[in-house]
Amino acid sequence: MAFDHVSFRYPRARANALDDVSFQLAAGTSLGIVGESGSGKTTILQILLGLRAATAGTMLFDGTPLDPRSRRQMRAVRRRVQPVFQDPYSSLDPRQRVGRIVAEPVISLGLERGRAQVEERARAALSDVGLDADAGDRYPAEFSGGQRQRIAIARALVTGPEVLVADEPVSALDVATRIEVLELLRRLQATRGLTVVMVSHDISAVAALCPETLVLKDGHVVEHGPTLELVREPREAYTRRLIDAIPRLPSEVT
Amino acid sequence: MSALVTAEALVTVADLGIATRGDAVVQLVRGVSFAVAEGERLGVVGESGSGKTITALAITGLLPGAMTVTGSIDLAGTQVVGAPEGRLRPVRGRDVAMVFQEPLTALDPLMRVGRQVAEPLRRHRHLRGAALDGAVRAALEEVALPSDERILRAFPHELSGGQRQRIALAMALACNPRLLIADEPTTALDVTVQAEILDLVARVVAERRMALLFVTHDIGVIVRVATRLIVMRGGEIVEEGPADEVIRHPRHPYTRTLVDGARLLDRALDRGHLGGGGISS
Repeated sequence: MAFDHVSFRYPRARANALDDVSFQLAAGTSLGIVGESGSGKTTILQILLGLRAATAGTMLFDGTPLDPRSRRQMRAVRRRVQPVFQDPYSSLDPRQRVGRIVAEPVISLGLERGRAQVEERARAALSDVGLDADAGDRYPAEFSGGQRQRIAIARALVTGPEVLVADEPVSALDVATRIEVLELLRRLQATRGLTVVMVSHDISAVAALCPETLVLKDGHVVEHGPTLELVREPREAYTRRLIDAIPRLPSEVT
Repeated sequence: MSALVTAEALVTVADLGIATRGDAVVQLVRGVSFAVAEGERLGVVGESGSGKTITALAITGLLPGAMTVTGSIDLAGTQVVGAPEGRLRPVRGRDVAMVFQEPLTALDPLMRVGRQVAEPLRRHRHLRGAALDGAVRAALEEVALPSDERILRAFPHELSGGQRQRIALAMALACNPRLLIADEPTTALDVTVQAEILDLVARVVAERRMALLFVTHDIGVIVRVATRLIVMRGGEIVEEGPADEVIRHPRHPYTRTLVDGARLLDRALDRGHLGGGGISS
């Protein structure tokens, strides 16, 4: 996937929400996007997901420029690029059984016709994220926050995507659960060659998953490079501010 | 665990129990005892369901009516458990004030923030006119907000999350309470804004010699503001001690899990992965 000089401006807005953003993402390489609220992180994800069209510049997939008006192209993108949202409490419909929630992308994209096949896909996705076989018959309220985030990831995996686009997937979770979910995503990266594009204001979560990081400020890319280098030697004051703000523990031994 | 009762204790919680009412009674908090001294900064750490938030709410007497409270909470001489609402109203604001994770819960969406900050100053300090205006501006300056018309005349939704939390803090501080309770006040914010708010809380509390009860699930956050820690799990206190000591040498296995988890995420910043030795591997 790539962004080639992509800009985006909301209707009636005076300034661009994204301004001349370019990056390339090789298959299987994960990218973290960090920045404060309003820096344009989520807008990038919405463009990647085909939910918004760039107002200038092009998004490319497999080297092919995408035409946001082509329904055929965008359907293919929706199957191959799937979202995982921030809050597993509000992103799962409480009135639907988990099996139905997970199967939803298969149904809406028409990937399977028969009911048995649809259910089988949902079951396989739930097992991929380490949930029991009977999880599909239950309701979201019966699960903990970490399990709900697993359900959200299962729903993303069900179409067999190549890219997961995750908006703050762990920031609403307790530390232990945060680690569990990061380890699950890590395993999926390794076993399925999945590319993860993760937006976060928390660089430690990004560092755990993404070898590359892009730092955004007011819609501009201020820094882009290997995550560890960027953490160790940030070139921009803004990046340093993001890193210094991370709450860290006092050293182990005294 | 015995209650630490000292002469300068501002709050003394003894054998606190909180349970739900109704057919299936669930004991949410049991046998919790601790004290907060005047000017002391105490952190309460625990994950969701540990009982940390309802323990904090119990001190303010703000628990929902569907809960039964047993034991004793002495807040600056007032017994909070079983006290009628009328006796608690003057205590709130003067002895204790609270800020929450989501500042919108404390703010009226339809009232300009200048008026909201003025409200407690008018009620508790009986200020009017120019004196009130001056106090509102001073309250905003204390939380590092510009005291100009743009902020004063804004509605809560027109401000950023960090600005809203500063307003909620200004309101909580307005009557100079002896105890400030902060329940995950920075969890919903950007890390940079979180750092600013934590510094702000630490500074204000120190300047005013106010006691602080800071509730959070994030052990990395708590060391920035608290000097002593209580670790809660499943409604009980499992460990208590000086913050540095608890984090360097956790004694209870649960505390160790929390500290190890935080260290694992910390180390991802240096290594680029969670790697082996993880708590769940």
